[in-house]
Amino acid sequence: MAQAAHKANGKHAAEATKDELLQYYRDMLLIRRFEERAGQLYGMGLIGGFCHLYIGQEAVVVGMQAALKEGDQVITAYRDHGHMLAAGMTANGVMAELTGRRDGYSKGKGGSMHMFSIEKAFYGGHGIVGAQVSLGTGIAFANKYRKDGKVCLTYFGDGAANQGQVYESFNMASLWKLPVVYIVENNQYAMGTAIQRSSSETHLYKRGVSFNIPGEEVDGMDVVAVREAGRRAVERARAGEGPYLLEMKTYRYRGHSMSDPAKYRTKEEVDDMKAKHDPIDHVKKLIVDAGHADDAALKEIDREIRAVVSESAEFAQASPEPDPGELLTDVYIDA
Amino acid sequence: MTQILMPALSPTMEEGNLAKWLIKPGDRIEPGQVIAEIETDKATMEVEAVDEGTVTELLVEEGAQGVKVNTPIAVLDGEGGAAAPTPPPPAGEVRAKRGEADVQARPLSQPAARPDSAPARGGASIAEPEVPAGAQMVKITVRDALRDAMAEEMRRDPGVFLMGEEVAQYQGAYKVSRGLLDEFGPERVVDTPITEHGFAGLGVGAAMAGLKPIVEFMTWNFAMQAIDQIVNSAAKTLYMSGGQIKSSIVFRGPNGAAARVAAQHSQDYSSWYSHIPGLIVIAPYDAADAKGLLKAAIRNPNPVVFLEHEMLYGAEFEIPDVQDWIVPIGKAKVRREGGDVTITAHSRMVGLALKAAEQLAEQGVDAEVIDLRTLRPLDTDTIVDSVKKTNRIVTVEEGWGQNGVGAEVAARVVEAAFDYLDAPPARVHQVDAPLAYAANLEALALPSVEKIVDAVKAATYR
Repeated sequence: MAQAAHKANGKHAAEATKDELLQYYRDMLLIRRFEERAGQLYGMGLIGGFCHLYIGQEAVVVGMQAALKEGDQVITAYRDHGHMLAAGMTANGVMAELTGRRDGYSKGKGGSMHMFSIEKAFYGGHGIVGAQVSLGTGIAFANKYRKDGKVCLTYFGDGAANQGQVYESFNMASLWKLPVVYIVENNQYAMGTAIQRSSSETHLYKRGVSFNIPGEEVDGMDVVAVREAGRRAVERARAGEGPYLLEMKTYRYRGHSMSDPAKYRTKEEVDDMKAKHDPIDHVKKLIVDAGHADDAALKEIDREIRAVVSESAEFAQASPEPDPGELLTDVYIDA
Repeated sequence: MTQILMPALSPTMEEGNLAKWLIKPGDRIEPGQVIAEIETDKATMEVEAVDEGTVTELLVEEGAQGVKVNTPIAVLDGEGGAAAPTPPPPAGEVRAKRGEADVQARPLSQPAARPDSAPARGGASIAEPEVPAGAQMVKITVRDALRDAMAEEMRRDPGVFLMGEEVAQYQGAYKVSRGLLDEFGPERVVDTPITEHGFAGLGVGAAMAGLKPIVEFMTWNFAMQAIDQIVNSAAKTLYMSGGQIKSSIVFRGPNGAAARVAAQHSQDYSSWYSHIPGLIVIAPYDAADAKGLLKAAIRNPNPVVFLEHEMLYGAEFEIPDVQDWIVPIGKAKVRREGGDVTITAHSRMVGLALKAAEQLAEQGVDAEVIDLRTLRPLDTDTIVDSVKKTNRIVTVEEGWGQNGVGAEVAARVVEAAFDYLDAPPARVHQVDAPLAYAANLEALALPSVEKIVDAVKAATYR
């Protein structure tokens, strides 16, 4: 039953409605503007530690979120701000966590890599490369145990794709037909190591073959292609047919983290991606070409998004630091 | 003349029952031929002949109970020398990954008490405060006490499930989960592949989603592959999420040195896990605590590391026959009262400490023995109160000394009761080397009754 992995051609634009495209545009733009602002606040010293920006990869989470039903879960690693915004978590709450303030999603105790929202079924935000893959598989195990029909989206990067526990999880997920969809966000660099230098098989969608997990390569810069592939995978998982592996070919414009000058790739390579493959430009073109909106209408959306992001930055600076009394809370739950 | 000796089917087997003879006097036997079936409390195994010859006499009757290892059980008319037959799988290899032995479904036999199983005697009898007045006491092995705890909690809460290697169809590598598959089915008693890192993480994920997993490690030694998920995911996520993400999960299995399994299979993780805020760490000694604390652990909303001991699984103890026997987490137990010195211990070391206390009593030293039971949170008050009375502290643990449980106990005593001490704190622990395979070196490395007695004498200037 190992299905042959296949490539989607990524031309599904006709299948998205006006409202859908405008929503995707709005959601992706929110992530980009948010991340740009987060980078700015980092440069001002208002955000500390590690901060991994999602700029360039927005179509992946927005497209996948569009394939989900209410209650389906999402879990990812540390490049997670986009996932949280796509899941419906507020820009204020995420930004306030980035600045380490009490109104952040983790009350300032988690930071960029460790945010959660039970309400939005977002399970983090995990800092150890690959660990979230086993955890997401466990969330799917709970879904099957409860027979509640939920599916867990489990994201990881091309770097994590070489971690052993990913394959331990693949094995159990397929063996037990767990409702999980694995999404490799292949942005082609694990920190500074290009995929060709780290992976004996660079087509990561094939990595499920020996576990009977079908895989598919997807144009991760095309939000509609992502959504279509996501729907196929999610429906299969929900139907009890087991896990599915989607390799999202994508690209991050910024360095691995804020401290990474990204000298392992050329400026031309980055500029080419931005100019020819930008996921937001792509949706914008679909919208304009179809006559769904004109430049003025899109500029109005831009203004709204900028206002949301500016408010989040102000909120995140105005929110107080955690009360010192929080130092020893949340270590244990009182039995 | 060749004698066939009662074989040891596992490194910890000391005796067994000769369930069935498959040969009789006069039979010609060949090497590899199955000649008998032997039962232990864990398994039934076939015994193969090593030598060829004609059976002249069976020295032990079929059905004989408690036949000690290396007792002659039959005589062959062959070339001289005593020979022990080999059980089918080599026991050492068996232990490494596959559990103990092939097993036939049958009720648990009643093994004779092992050295470690001697209930606390001598000294003042301490009333267990948790036992209701008038409760009947029944005898049970630690193994069955653990199983009963899981079964009761699984009946009580449909979110509780057990997963691990060989927990279901095989009935548990050490038979702790025997019968659970039959009662609860494969959805709640889940055999995993040999994939500790993966299934530990899967268990934590299931806990984050609201289930209450019991994750069995065949031994804690194998959990080193999974320690990232225990520490980084289970222990820290509540804090990192500002209290949103809970991990109500129990990791359990045998911990510490068994017998002759060498360094990689003999490690004590007491101090490793008790270092970590966010974890609860429990290491019981007797059956009542094993059951009562495991039930408490399963109900606890926090991640719990539950350290059992293989050498205690077959030990029998009395346990109160009451509905819902629960022992509070975080409370040490004074197992023997005394006025001259305080000895702290946990898990198997409690048995050694109690024996040492008996010997010391004969020499005029009245030792108080505290069973720590929970290592995190550590019951400092009980220890300090005792030291204020005895003015001396000797710690006993199976693991290494550096950064060990004894080091922590000593530090707390010094911090809280420095002015009460009449001698420096003394620590008894494993020597500072990987545990050796050779029997003599292994014995030299581990704590013993004698070492405890010597340490107490030094601390009491005797």
